[in-house]
Amino acid sequence: MPRDTGIGAATLRREDVRFLTGTGEYTDDIVLAKQTYAVFARSTVAHGKIKSIDTSAAAQMPGVLAVFTGDDFVDVGGNPAGWLINSRDGEPMKEPKRPVLAHGKVRHVGDAYAAVIAETVEQARDAVEAIEADIEELPAIIDMNAALSSSTYVHDEIETNQCFDWGWIEDNREATDTAIKNAHHVTTLELVNNRLVPNAMEPRASIGSYKASTGEYTLHTTSQNPHLTRLLISAFVLGIPENMLTVIAPDVGGGFGSKIYHYGEEALVLAAAKQVGRPVKWTADRTESFLTDAHGRDHVTKIELALDAEGNFLAFRTDTKANVGAYLSNFSTATPTFLHGTLMGGNYTVPLVYVNVKAVFTNTAPVDAYRGAGRPEATYSIERVIDKAARELGMDPIELRRKNFVKPDQYPYASAAGLEYDAGNYDALMDKMEEVADISGFEARRKASEAKGLMRGLGVNAYIEACGIAPSNLVGVLGSRVGLYDAATVRVNATGNISVMVGAHSHGQGHETAFPQVVSDMLGIDASTIDIVHGDTSKIPFGMGTYGSRSLAVCGSAVVRATEKIIVKAKKIAAHMLEVTDQDISLNDGVFSVEGTNKSVTFGEVALKAYIPHDYPLESIEPGLEETAFYDPANFTYPSGAYACEVEVDPETGKVRVDRMCAVDDFGNVINPMIVTGQVHGGLAQGIGQALVEQTFYDEYGQLLSASYMDYTMPRADDLPMFQVDHSQGTPCVHNPLGVKGCGEAGAIGSPPTVVNAVVDALQSGGHNITHIDMPVTPVRVWEAMQNAK
Amino acid sequence: MYNFDVVTPNTIAEAAAAMAGDEAQALGGGQTLIPTLKQRLASPNTLVSLSGVSEMQGITKSGDTLRIGGATTHHAVASDGSYPGLSGLAGQIGDPAVRNRGTIGGSLANNDPAACYPAAALASGATIITNTREIAADDYFQGMFETALEEGEIITAVSFPIPQAANYQKFVQPASRFALVGVFVAKYASGVRVAVTGASNDGVFRWTEAEEALSRDFSAAALEGLSVSEDDMISDLHGTARYRAHLIKVVTARAVTAAS
Repeated sequence: MPRDTGIGAATLRREDVRFLTGTGEYTDDIVLAKQTYAVFARSTVAHGKIKSIDTSAAAQMPGVLAVFTGDDFVDVGGNPAGWLINSRDGEPMKEPKRPVLAHGKVRHVGDAYAAVIAETVEQARDAVEAIEADIEELPAIIDMNAALSSSTYVHDEIETNQCFDWGWIEDNREATDTAIKNAHHVTTLELVNNRLVPNAMEPRASIGSYKASTGEYTLHTTSQNPHLTRLLISAFVLGIPENMLTVIAPDVGGGFGSKIYHYGEEALVLAAAKQVGRPVKWTADRTESFLTDAHGRDHVTKIELALDAEGNFLAFRTDTKANVGAYLSNFSTATPTFLHGTLMGGNYTVPLVYVNVKAVFTNTAPVDAYRGAGRPEATYSIERVIDKAARELGMDPIELRRKNFVKPDQYPYASAAGLEYDAGNYDALMDKMEEVADISGFEARRKASEAKGLMRGLGVNAYIEACGIAPSNLVGVLGSRVGLYDAATVRVNATGNISVMVGAHSHGQGHETAFPQVVSDMLGIDASTIDIVHGDTSKIPFGMGTYGSRSLAVCGSAVVRATEKIIVKAKKIAAHMLEVTDQDISLNDGVFSVEGTNKSVTFGEVALKAYIPHDYPLESIEPGLEETAFYDPANFTYPSGAYACEVEVDPETGKVRVDRMCAVDDFGNVINPMIVTGQVHGGLAQGIGQALVEQTFYDEYGQLLSASYMDYTMPRADDLPMFQVDHSQGTPCVHNPLGVKGCGEAGAIGSPPTVVNAVVDALQSGGHNITHIDMPVTPVRVWEAMQNAK
Repeated sequence: MYNFDVVTPNTIAEAAAAMAGDEAQALGGGQTLIPTLKQRLASPNTLVSLSGVSEMQGITKSGDTLRIGGATTHHAVASDGSYPGLSGLAGQIGDPAVRNRGTIGGSLANNDPAACYPAAALASGATIITNTREIAADDYFQGMFETALEEGEIITAVSFPIPQAANYQKFVQPASRFALVGVFVAKYASGVRVAVTGASNDGVFRWTEAEEALSRDFSAAALEGLSVSEDDMISDLHGTARYRAHLIKVVTARAVTAAS
């Protein structure tokens, strides 16, 4: 297949035409006939007892069609956590109900306790202001340590603020303790992985509609995984039969994790649509996004690294408190546990890993998976403590890492944290990084910075992550309440063009371009004749959605399997047409031919025959050319990388400027290198954002002081250098048919420790005895650290 | 947004008459007011749009004085160049969209404690000209979001004496890119004036110790040994009081160096 459309081609993203010309269709763009509008009444206090809610005045306001409170949903189910975690003592985690609307108590600022449906948004807003809620403010539980010792509970019925106390691997606990006790050297670091607000460009939005004549519901919503949303609403929350509910996620303007989950607003608009007999739309404003989208990260960690006299790693021991916020969001219990603890061996041949994670309820927005989800937290802890150890031992940080790397001849490698790494070459990545980042030129650049009065630092990092989470059998044993496969249908139309229905949802990832490249490559037909259908449960077989860098590795594999089935059937049809057996048929560049002869039929001729089966072997082959495959992977895929960052720090102001950022990643085989590079760029921007600028600040009363762009800093183009990105060192994944790994999160996983390592190196070079600064490394934090280190 | 009426006067007299109405609110470029309205944090009955008042548009230089109409945009000032220090400041406000809408009169009337223009007006000893009187900058700024303007009074122009040298340095609050600390230094034959924005709980203020030192010796070295008390400084998630106090000196030195 020509490289301009098949696997490996840097094809321009076809979806960008509509995105860049303003012709995408997002949920808020959709206007259904007789549509009405929902606006929510949200708590202004972090924690309060709902004594009464008087909606009588609101109900009389102009244009108001209905008013709902938590009382209207006491008989429906809660929005569940998708992963059951058991504590070290065997007790299951605490799972307080997450209602559609708050009932009894409000538990964070922004918690919705009522909703108004009206003819216009402004009328609904007016009516919300007329709701009289008597809410008795209770002490806010914000700090995790305070939460664990408090006798005030976020959820009174569970009589604790601890969700679980998880140990991994519990059987390693004593041996790890002993190794650390007896080690030649132990490096200890306490750090905070800062809470982040996802800030998808498109706020969440949902439209519920109901057809009384058939009992069918439709939900248009901003979702990364419409099938999961349908499942949660059907099986857990509203009990709508799954076959009576269609969930459509049209164009979605970014998610970063925050749109994986089902939210109460989605259930509300469906229930309201049935009651008022008209479609109900809700669109979040930016303040609602800040207050109610599931936040990311928020770990407080103590990590210890034990080493022998030669610098060999002996054990990692981690003690983490993970904030889950006021309610358990769908993946919130998996993120700090199996997506974090299992990575705590890093890229290293460390024999012992022990991780303790206490998940804590607080009166803050729910926290869940956000780009990287657990792996950034693991990587940050590991790579910061290694850097500190190198400094304490007087070793070169690159050499210390190399000394402990898993080597290429050790695969498959059983990590001490319970995973089996299938492929990688960390030294090759480090070699490439040293070349691309021009590490040998650093000292000259440092001198040049110093001549300008600036401190310059170099930070490096080696990361591994696990994505394409799988297999279902394993995650089921580990507590997952869902399977983690994906599905695809390849539908060849009679005229030879192809629709591919995929379970993965594209909201920036470029699936509409990359998936056709795969099918095009396999069938040898032009990619422009292949389109991708996604995001509509009525059109696609099933799907587990897009998150955890799983789309290509899992759903892409399903596409391959379905396309393979197409080829098998098409060869049978071609064999009949050419009067040979299908073993004699080969497919090249879209033509089925019989080797050694001039007999051939085109793919299009076969497709037409499948749908006009005159002279067709109906006794042995069905008409039509459409195949579906479900693919459940054998393992995670394990992208890895070596990163370098150089910063300049202004000693007078503490301001950090990232001057160089290099990311060398192993993504296995690459389908579209341009899209992969773009994914890395986005991940780096978010990772640098976390490292330097993004600060989610709740005060002691639980007010989110950084609830707008006036106070929450997003990284901007002028905060970032030109990135040096390389993915030439791919080691193919050994267990999926494309040999691909995931690239969506890598940049956000690898970059934060790289940046902070560089800042600490810069400060050390300036004579400041500073071994750690918590993220975000803002100017004031750097300056205060310099003052305090004097 | 709550409902309101909009009037679009063509003259200062018409604008002043409209402002006499009940709950009337002047609208400059709307860069603060419109977001405030959208969040339902203000509920004026009438918005009096000043952008169509031609008498309030434009920049005129006569001798060493620059007169800027109150409805003149930041972009127009940034592009003017008659007073390079002031144009430099205007070019640092917000982004191009903000600079093409926001006006000098709107900024000074709002007197955000982290806005840029108050530093220029105070350091330049500008005169705030309203529909009823002229107010010296030293008398105009009266604390955070507080000014000498009376109810219904409109800033029609601002008159700046052009200094021998001037510069504005802004150390930005990273999210809003308003000034975490902004310092405008202006050197006149009569002496040096230094105004600080972003830092103080009392809004823009003059750093008189620095003015005295710089009037003797207009160099960054003249600031050595001086310090700013952290007592009245803002302390928030972007900067501690002592950090802001420290930055004032750093930023002032940079402004002096850039102006020299």
